[in-house]
Amino acid sequence: MNQHSTKSSVLSVLYSGLGQIYNGQYVKGVLFALLHTLFIFLMLPSVSGSLLGLFTLGDTPQKIVSGKVVHGDHSIFMMIYGIVAFLVLLVFLAFYIFNIIDAKKTGKMRDHGNPITDFRTSIKNILEKGFPYVLLSPAVLFTIFLTVTPLLFGILIAFTNYSAPHHLPPRSLVDWVGFRNFIDLIEMPFLRGTFLGVALWTFIWAIVATVTTFFGGLIVAVIINRHGIKLKRFWRTIYVLPWAMPGFISILIMRNMFNAQFGPINQYLEFIGLSAIPWFAEVGWARVTAIIVNLWMGFPYFMAMMSGVIAGISKELYEAADIDGANPRQQFWKITVPLVLYMTAPLLIMGFAFNFNNFALIYLLSGGGPAVPGYFYAGGTDILISWIFKLTLEQGQFHLASTVSIIIFIFIACISIYNFRNTRSFKEEGMIQ
Amino acid sequence: MTTGKIKKQLTTTMIYFFLVLIAITCIYPILWIIMASLNPGTSLFGTTLIPDQLSTIHYVTLFTEHNFGLWYRNTLNIAFWTMITSVVLVIPTAYVLSQFRFKGRKTTMMTMLVLQMFPGFMSMIAIFLLLLQLRLLDTHLGLILVYSGGAIPFGSWLVKGYFDGLPRSLSEAAKLDGAGNMTVFTRIMLPLSTPIITFVALSNFIAPWMDFILARLVLRSEERKTLAIGLFEMVTGHMHTEFTMFAAGSVMVAVPITILFIILQKFVVQGLAEGASKI
Repeated sequence: MNQHSTKSSVLSVLYSGLGQIYNGQYVKGVLFALLHTLFIFLMLPSVSGSLLGLFTLGDTPQKIVSGKVVHGDHSIFMMIYGIVAFLVLLVFLAFYIFNIIDAKKTGKMRDHGNPITDFRTSIKNILEKGFPYVLLSPAVLFTIFLTVTPLLFGILIAFTNYSAPHHLPPRSLVDWVGFRNFIDLIEMPFLRGTFLGVALWTFIWAIVATVTTFFGGLIVAVIINRHGIKLKRFWRTIYVLPWAMPGFISILIMRNMFNAQFGPINQYLEFIGLSAIPWFAEVGWARVTAIIVNLWMGFPYFMAMMSGVIAGISKELYEAADIDGANPRQQFWKITVPLVLYMTAPLLIMGFAFNFNNFALIYLLSGGGPAVPGYFYAGGTDILISWIFKLTLEQGQFHLASTVSIIIFIFIACISIYNFRNTRSFKEEGMIQ
Repeated sequence: MTTGKIKKQLTTTMIYFFLVLIAITCIYPILWIIMASLNPGTSLFGTTLIPDQLSTIHYVTLFTEHNFGLWYRNTLNIAFWTMITSVVLVIPTAYVLSQFRFKGRKTTMMTMLVLQMFPGFMSMIAIFLLLLQLRLLDTHLGLILVYSGGAIPFGSWLVKGYFDGLPRSLSEAAKLDGAGNMTVFTRIMLPLSTPIITFVALSNFIAPWMDFILARLVLRSEERKTLAIGLFEMVTGHMHTEFTMFAAGSVMVAVPITILFIILQKFVVQGLAEGASKI
């Protein structure tokens, strides 16, 4: 009874397209077989070589023979090629499996005595039923190439010793080291000290920066939206300016405004008889400066979002509260705040995740400084992400940077997945269908 | 006057005082940088809010001593093509994720979600090496591809939230009338989603004006620089000697971007609010 489906799937396992040809779908079968052949002859040799390279990361170091450089293996290129080969292999496997399933399906149709679909109908089917996949494919290709490959690479680096000065291709080889870097991060005192110190400040920074901008925005939004405040639009437009300005320009302006020697802020402070504040020179002050600047740049965003929410709260709620004798303060705490919080809670968590990795603000404002004795290439305002940046681009400690990245990622991923799982769209998914 | 009235007036005065105070804080840095750009001197030290005399010399030297015009064109070029590419990539992706139920949909969505959470330059070295191998290093195309690729995960999520809000009955009715998937997409869904398309387009247009990390990684040569790199080098390279020049450059960049932003602010807030309340 199942003879056609069994036979055609076995044939397709042997070689892509055979099952289709057996089923009488000649064009499709030949196309599939052609793809299979192309893969075996054109790609398989380099794919298998590259995969092997991913395993060994090269074994011939660069040598200098009688004054001339003889190139050895370049471990990092080998790793990239290996990853690409791996992805190519995955794509081929997906095609291969699809080919088997397709042959089996058509075979089953024959078993049941149904007519097989001709080539033109198949194409039409792909366009209609496979429409989602057709539309998705460009984005998926882009993402695989520009996001997934680099990320896989980044993850793999954490398990190697890729770093300056001794393991830097092309001069020398890179080797797999397993979980050595993760262990070092915990066991080596200078690394552990830096990691824990920077991580702690990153948390404090992310929490304080988010909460200050959130409540700053809330307070301003509530005040603007009060009864009887004139020129609401005028105020709102002014307050949006810090958000509307290109971020890096704002930060660079602030960097100069807070300049301890020549900046206007200290000049005003001295003018009214106070002493100048070392905005960037002392760790404590540098952190405060970062928070102030972030508040300035960040509150308009929350203000704009909350203004919409507050304006959207039904007037009847307040009227009802008035009738029940609630005073304005009670109305604020019992109606406005809970509703705004409810509507903007996802933004609050997104804000936290954003600030946790707010590289531009820290790096452009203070460069991570001032220096902290005992820190491994990090300064007092450095957050994890800016530390990674320094480790990577300035110090060539790629292995450590990747290790810390993975830790950050796991943390942020947990928060965000929790956040998204708890938001409406994910829960309502089932209802839309 | 009763005490109640006085109290009320006092509160109102306090509130306006507060509003004015915040307004000053918001405007002062902007005013300061504009005045700095009109200062005749070159350094931060000599910069005052009200200079003795105004001069437009820095706006001129930006073009004569630096390649400011060229940076501007480069940035505009990159921003434009990033905008086009990312809209073309994001909108169909979001549409499919929102309106279709197919195998691998949830996996795709979770993957996108997870991907956008990786620290961006964790992948920097690899991007650098990949572009190097493809001979796209130090080209605008390379940078445009990197930006557009990076825009996909988050953008798709945001736009998907918007599409989720569109009534499904519309597309179902059209399908009953015999419209194919492509027709439904181009004739019904796209016209309905102008706000979110505007939002995605705008945010991807603005992004290249702000970014300097990836730009710095990809672009190496002087004649391919973007504004962000050029301006950054002015204030960090030397001992603030080019501060007023930086100020002039900042004004030239910030004015159009800020105006663009404020005009479309309503769009942005709507887009964010609608997307955000749903994601």
